[in-house]
Amino acid sequence: MKILVLMKMVPDIVEELEVASDGRSLDQEYLRFIVNERDEYALEQALLLKDGLGATVTVVAPDAPEVDDVLYTARAKGADRLIKVTGLPAGSGARATAAALAVTLPAIEGALPADLVLSGCQAIDDLDGFVAPLLAGALGVPYLGLVSRVSVDAAAGKAQVMKEFAGGVMGRFEVSLPALLGIQGCEKPPRYVPVAKVRAAIGAGGIEAVEASAGTAVAPVEVAALAKPEAAGHAEMLEGSAQDVAEKVADILAARGLL
Amino acid sequence: MTQAIVLDVPDLTLDGLLDTPAGRALLSCIQCGTCAGTCPYGEVLRYTPRRLIGMLREGFIEEALAGDDLLSCVTCYDCWAKCPRGLRLTDVLLPVVKEQVLLRLPQVPPELQDALANTMRYGNPMGESPRKRAAWVESAGVPVPLLRDLGRPVDVLWIVECYAAYYPRGQDNARATARILNALGVDFAILGSEEKCAGECARLVGEKGLFDTLREQNLAVFGKYEFGALLTSDPHAFDAFAYVYPALGLDRPVDHTTPFVAARLDALKPRLTQELGYKITYHDSCVLGRHNHVHDEPRRLLEALPGVSLVEMTHNRDSTICCGGGGGGMWLDTFYKAKGHPRLSDRRVEEALATGADVLAVSCPYEVPRFEDSLKVLGGDDRMVVRDVMELVAEALAD
Amino acid sequence: MAGNVWIVAESWKGSISDATYEALALGRELADGLGVRLEAVLLGHGARAAAASLGRADGVLYVDHPALADGVGEETSRALAALAAARGPGLILVPTTNVSWDLLGLLPARLEAPLVNFCREAVVSGGGVEFTSLLYGGKMAATVGAGAGPVVVAVLPGVRPAEAGKGGAAPAVEEVVADFVVGGGVRWLEYEEPEAGDVDITQQDFLVAVGRGISNEANVEVAEELAAALGGAVCGSRPVIDQGWLPLVRQVGKSGATVKPRFYVAAGISGAPEHTEGMKDAELIVAVNMDPSAPIFSVAHYGIVEDATDVLEALAEAVRKRKG
Repeated sequence: MKILVLMKMVPDIVEELEVASDGRSLDQEYLRFIVNERDEYALEQALLLKDGLGATVTVVAPDAPEVDDVLYTARAKGADRLIKVTGLPAGSGARATAAALAVTLPAIEGALPADLVLSGCQAIDDLDGFVAPLLAGALGVPYLGLVSRVSVDAAAGKAQVMKEFAGGVMGRFEVSLPALLGIQGCEKPPRYVPVAKVRAAIGAGGIEAVEASAGTAVAPVEVAALAKPEAAGHAEMLEGSAQDVAEKVADILAARGLL
Repeated sequence: MTQAIVLDVPDLTLDGLLDTPAGRALLSCIQCGTCAGTCPYGEVLRYTPRRLIGMLREGFIEEALAGDDLLSCVTCYDCWAKCPRGLRLTDVLLPVVKEQVLLRLPQVPPELQDALANTMRYGNPMGESPRKRAAWVESAGVPVPLLRDLGRPVDVLWIVECYAAYYPRGQDNARATARILNALGVDFAILGSEEKCAGECARLVGEKGLFDTLREQNLAVFGKYEFGALLTSDPHAFDAFAYVYPALGLDRPVDHTTPFVAARLDALKPRLTQELGYKITYHDSCVLGRHNHVHDEPRRLLEALPGVSLVEMTHNRDSTICCGGGGGGMWLDTFYKAKGHPRLSDRRVEEALATGADVLAVSCPYEVPRFEDSLKVLGGDDRMVVRDVMELVAEALAD
Repeated sequence: MAGNVWIVAESWKGSISDATYEALALGRELADGLGVRLEAVLLGHGARAAAASLGRADGVLYVDHPALADGVGEETSRALAALAAARGPGLILVPTTNVSWDLLGLLPARLEAPLVNFCREAVVSGGGVEFTSLLYGGKMAATVGAGAGPVVVAVLPGVRPAEAGKGGAAPAVEEVVADFVVGGGVRWLEYEEPEAGDVDITQQDFLVAVGRGISNEANVEVAEELAAALGGAVCGSRPVIDQGWLPLVRQVGKSGATVKPRFYVAAGISGAPEHTEGMKDAELIVAVNMDPSAPIFSVAHYGIVEDATDVLEALAEAVRKRKG
């Protein structure tokens, strides 16, 4: 079985985000990038399938700061092939990324067809679309999102997957392979890999850099302004020690007849 | 009394272990079992240090390395301290073995995994923004210069470390230390956002690659500046800087804030005039106390505070009881709980409460949250508070 | 933007979702502002009766097809794209929920139309529409314009009160035929309900919600203590569920439950839109977070910048004391 995992870097919101002087984009000075959290689950899902059934796992990520570390970490965890897609303009949206991947991936020898393409179901910077369904549409393969369990019957060319609905309800679906799945979670948190293994992977190298072919995407949505959200309201802040504020909250509860 | 010494080999592996004097010494283990008897988790460990050495000597390597059992070692240094052969169990044998254990574990406990991943990415286990590492300075009330802003050499580079820099109760310690250093007129500065975790817990939990990375990064930052000595608020960082960083070239004196201030007590004494009125019992930390034998200095400081009386717990000085936070234990509470391990901090706090003291004084920032939790769990938080020695000294300090 | 405003009605397990009515209320404002018709689009099989509650729309376009019975995005997106190609709407508003998720993701590809994602506000301005989208987990708001229609808009839950999208006389329903390819390789088999026996957090008056900021699983117990003192239950945001500290049925927000308790404590929860959509209508919300700029403080009534565990502990104690 061949599995392709799409990962991408997004702004790290552990660092305070600031607006650049153009008023429309993020200030780059302290901006750091981190792998999209859901993509880590996509990788974990791929590795779980590899552990269980045997598979080759190829990880593809558009070039971005710190992306090499992410790719080598994936290798240290068990990925077989690492591909970095270069030449996408910084800040390319989901639309342009999906369009470029749709023409770039088929041109990479051995990358496609894959039985499964897995990607995070969404990212915090997906302003103009979600990469996974856009790419599925362009590649003409079935797509299902918000998937949190995958089991594959390779002989039958089918996967059974669980998709999350509301209130803890899961939907069971059958998907014909090849397919593209937007991953929300998996059976267990992504595995840890000791830094020594990552350093060994870095030392061994082996990221294939592939220049992106330009895809054709619809015109991107235009960001006119970016700002920290104006709160419709803001909480009244309670101050003091934990005991003080606890007493204040208890007062509020009592005043509302909630105690 | 066994003395801590600088590690002479920068890169230990299980294969290379026997090529080192400390490693070869392990072969001389007489299998007496003192380590097993003294280990706070000896009754829950499948392989105590004695059995571990026995198995490794007989070639049962994979058996010894399988499972997550050794994550229960909280590196309290008690096996090392009591070993009649003086074997380096805690800081030589166990890290090397644990590294292999970690490499084989299918799933690292999530809490530890987060702490390690955060330390790698952000330089602190909490996953806080590196840019906010010096945010506490705003509320220090005294000047705390950044070394990069000073643009000149300083006598003392103060490594605040993660818990004192980020954890709210740890920041009390940092602010207190800043006041004391100012009162003493010490020429000091901090690194702020350039500072990263020293990595001692990463090393002792077996995450050697993370430790190596942190050490390289920290040494690169140290190399940018001129300073006379390192000072740190964290005994764990003290150990890393004093014994493991030198192998890669760190050649400055290293001190911990408690002995550093104690050595300058005469200068400080005239200003220690605020009457505290506390009955204090002092907890010797495993690292500063048992490993480095810094026992008299904190007591000298506390005795110098007006209106303070000092009482001792049954287990004190080298026989102190571990808080359970070392060697990654800070991030394994959930794991230990799931295994049904007793909480070591509870044991310590019970003994502290028995003294009738109203303050439990500590010198390690890990202990504040651990003992405060235990006080709440044991219902002792109305009788006793946990304070760092630096906080108590600063409280007695007249403005 | 000449075309009409469409709102894609979401029918799941036989009823129209609140998110549909919320988006409908927004669609009403936009259609009025633009001077065009507001049309609700309902896709299904034997589901025509559900159209009756969409009276705030000027009319309902109903597509009935066996392939649309299970709401599989592969088919619904094709049907909707075919219909839009034939009718030329200006805006297509789609509720951002798990039910509409795949339709929302695929529709822009099928229609080759732009998408405005994470939309939490839209106003008519100068003959066009200006959208506000929440990005980066709610830490930034982008003001976005989009070109000529059709533009697909992913409307965040809670954009308007659901009540504002309800009411009105039963609308005219036009049953239309959409010409689309059936058989997209995805087949719905069944729903798995969560295991019975756990508490139903939607039925609780008091909820103590924990997030990433509580640091470790042991602290879930501290939340349990407060919940016990209050007579309620513990719930959580996504990261806590991902870690396995709480079962999925305890999740609040997207993929989880929408709750409206009398009292909701958000402890160590930053307040990403995926969480707040599920709890913003609670009667009284107190948020505790170490980060003073956490978005949760714009949803909460009272905020506390402190270690969440410390406050939960202290609050449990205070509540126990008052209750005697």
